Amino acid sequence: MPASKHQSVTKIGEAVDRIDGPLKVQGKATYAGEFEFDQPTLVGVYVGASRSGGTLTHVDTADAESQPGVKAVLTYHNAPDQRPFSEPGDEGRFGQSRAVLNDTTIRYAGFPVALVVAETLEQARYAASLITHDVATDGPDFLDDVKEAQTTPESLDGGFEPDVSCGDIDHALNSSMRLDMTYRTPSQISAAMEPHTTIAYYDGDILHVHTSVQILASAVTCLANTLNMPEEKIHVQSPFVGGGFGSKLGLHNDAILACLGAIHLQQPVKVALHRRQVFHSAPHRGFSIQKIALSADNSGHINGISHHSAMPMAQDYAFAEATGAVARITYKADAIESVHRVKVVDSPMIDSCRAPGDSIGSLAFESAIDELALASETDPVTFRLNNIAPAHPITGKPFSTHHLEACLKQGAEEFGWDKRSKSEDNNTVKKGYGVALAMRMNMIVPSEAKIVLENDGKITVFTDMTDIGTGTYTILSQIVSDFFDMPASNITINLGDSRSPASCGSGGSFGASSSATSVRNACEKLSAQLCQMMGLAQGTHTVALHDNQVIAGEGNTQQSRSLADLLKETEGQQLEAKGEVEPGESHDDYEQYSCGAHFAEVTVDTVTGEVRIKRQHGVFSAGQILNKKTATSQLQGGMVWGASYALFEDLQRDRRHGGFVNCDLAEYHFAVNRDIGDISVSFIEEPDYKACKLGSKGIGELGITGAGAAIANAVCDATGARVRDFPITPDKVIAALG
Amino acid sequence: MAALTINGQEYALPDDPRTTLLDFLHQHVKLFGAKKGCDHGQCGACTVLVEGERMNACLLLAFQLEGKAITTIEGIATDDGLHPLQQAFVKCDAFQCGYCTSGQICSGVALMSELEQNTPSTVWFESDYSDNEDIKERMSGNLCRCGAYSNIIDAVNIARDNKGVS
Repeated sequence: MPASKHQSVTKIGEAVDRIDGPLKVQGKATYAGEFEFDQPTLVGVYVGASRSGGTLTHVDTADAESQPGVKAVLTYHNAPDQRPFSEPGDEGRFGQSRAVLNDTTIRYAGFPVALVVAETLEQARYAASLITHDVATDGPDFLDDVKEAQTTPESLDGGFEPDVSCGDIDHALNSSMRLDMTYRTPSQISAAMEPHTTIAYYDGDILHVHTSVQILASAVTCLANTLNMPEEKIHVQSPFVGGGFGSKLGLHNDAILACLGAIHLQQPVKVALHRRQVFHSAPHRGFSIQKIALSADNSGHINGISHHSAMPMAQDYAFAEATGAVARITYKADAIESVHRVKVVDSPMIDSCRAPGDSIGSLAFESAIDELALASETDPVTFRLNNIAPAHPITGKPFSTHHLEACLKQGAEEFGWDKRSKSEDNNTVKKGYGVALAMRMNMIVPSEAKIVLENDGKITVFTDMTDIGTGTYTILSQIVSDFFDMPASNITINLGDSRSPASCGSGGSFGASSSATSVRNACEKLSAQLCQMMGLAQGTHTVALHDNQVIAGEGNTQQSRSLADLLKETEGQQLEAKGEVEPGESHDDYEQYSCGAHFAEVTVDTVTGEVRIKRQHGVFSAGQILNKKTATSQLQGGMVWGASYALFEDLQRDRRHGGFVNCDLAEYHFAVNRDIGDISVSFIEEPDYKACKLGSKGIGELGITGAGAAIANAVCDATGARVRDFPITPDKVIAALG
Repeated sequence: MAALTINGQEYALPDDPRTTLLDFLHQHVKLFGAKKGCDHGQCGACTVLVEGERMNACLLLAFQLEGKAITTIEGIATDDGLHPLQQAFVKCDAFQCGYCTSGQICSGVALMSELEQNTPSTVWFESDYSDNEDIKERMSGNLCRCGAYSNIIDAVNIARDNKGVS
């Protein structure tokens, strides 16, 4: 529950150090697996099913039960009762039952079949290794060919329609130069550094749960639905989350298993997913096949855009991502067609991974646009400038604000696009440069917060919002400090506690604007209460909190009262105000997007096929930036993801058992420090008050959108090798070089 | 008593020989600064110093360390304040979620003494490399999924400069 050490006012936008920074650099921030109850914590280790999509026919736990230190072995025979998986059907997917050990259904490879709870990890792990089981299955069903994806998903993540179109697409594509391309992106995993972990304790009345989750309120609902308990008997805490990236939006097997163990044994039980289990138990992003057709006329204007997406959908789990979203919004064209199809397959859960839709949609689409620019013999920056959509290309609805052109122009200038140099002809290592655009939807999600003012001038903010590395602690402190002109050191931010007012949680780039607006609204209400207590008309006076004084108004009408005096009649000598936010009309009336332009320089070794990133530069427009330091870091982080998607990440299916082959961090490659070159970020900063009253828009997923395509385009610029099957590994580069 | 020393304090070795140093820190000493990211020596989140050298605590069995002195993130600072590298990490925003941070800082501290002692990294065998490339190489055993890599390099450089000045 950090308070800042900042002895002065921290303004909105200021590049303030993180207030939770000192805790984190000392290893003192308490993550889920580090909480201790008065009683010793038992350790649970589960056994995952050896294969997918079938029925558990046999599970033998006898040897495990007889091992020293083992307190219990749970299977579907003896686990506490649960509501069937995915009930109730009308609940959002993060609030539905996530029952495990409840019946013989094996939902996917790695699905829990038994939980061993022992005194120590060593005992539990060994006992778990003695459990044997069998699964009867017909063999996994996969999506292999694009033609197999025939199902239209009911809706797409982000609320997009599966299919949209405008104009005569056949005419538009065939009336000018046409390119047909098939791009593929692989399965990917969030791989947050903290594996999903939960410690649960049932005291006979309340179920106390320390877990790592992005959204608290739906986590409580999920546990209530799974365990048939009233929500008010469940207390979830998640003050520090070691990365989420979508994989911790909901609760996963660690949480349910820890609760089952805790209820069964009436003692604290910890279940931490092993890294290998994270790959199956936590959701991943499905692979995509994106068939793209584009056409442009002789002057380099786009005529037709057709984007057909095929992806797998996990059985019993209706999630589909909008890979075509960027193709619908970025460029104007005479005709646009965007179609999404899925095939329901045997697979571990498929769900959000940073920037669902746009991260992999932009990887393919902005590469394809580059192909069109090259075929049009137009500079890729100029080509994009010529075709940027001034309003929604399909509906014609205006953007709230839109600075894509400015991002592109400023980025080209700062990057030195017109000064780029090529390698010598006889050098086998070739330099290349790439550009790509980013458009990421902006949302406000309902969010509530409460602030409490003590009579010594200290303020505490309560909201069940999370800080998953996003800087929430710090920016909420800035909102309050700025509003009351008070030192940040007098402000405590209390996050990640389900007993606090329900927030939007972290996800979908909506966290900062939504939660910060709710806190701002709470500040305004508190201010109005203080004015009223001082006999001033509500809302007409600015209120500052200096030391123990309330100062209202300015100039001649300024009044000052001691807080101790003012609050002496109030209950507890404190004052409380609640703030909330909901999406307003401007979210219906305007298209709201954050946008950006990415530039990359790479070298490609034409002998080995190795791509090295020299530098990445991004220019972003996301309204008012709340903290330039944390915002820059988050955008840079997204750009690292984009680089990693372009060159490394590839979760390989196990065709025998329906799981994955490369389930660890040595075999699932993501970028390490030396893989990344120089990286820089700048902003086109203009508040967008149609987005929210703070003028801010989302940035968490903006950095990744387009970043990978800029690198792919640079690889092609360097060598002429256009790899349409991501990631661009050396073997594919060499094959493309011919 | 068969013991090992952690941050200057002696602890009896665990009875169970299967206990790794990392699990010993968590289960017996209740020091949670070193993190478990993979348990396979692949991510570096559990990096600690053993006799001043950086090692993955998940790959060491506690009983191998009898008589050894171990420093974890909790013991990196020499007084009540922050180590210069810890300060630089805050200043440079060299972390986001913070889960890899303990390991990054322990690695960074060891890196500084490696450079002082002229311990080579793999880039030293290349014909042409920069100091930054060398530091990036040395920090590449510590994964950061938030992508704070460039800020981590900035922090290490700042801490090295500060150390040089003092």
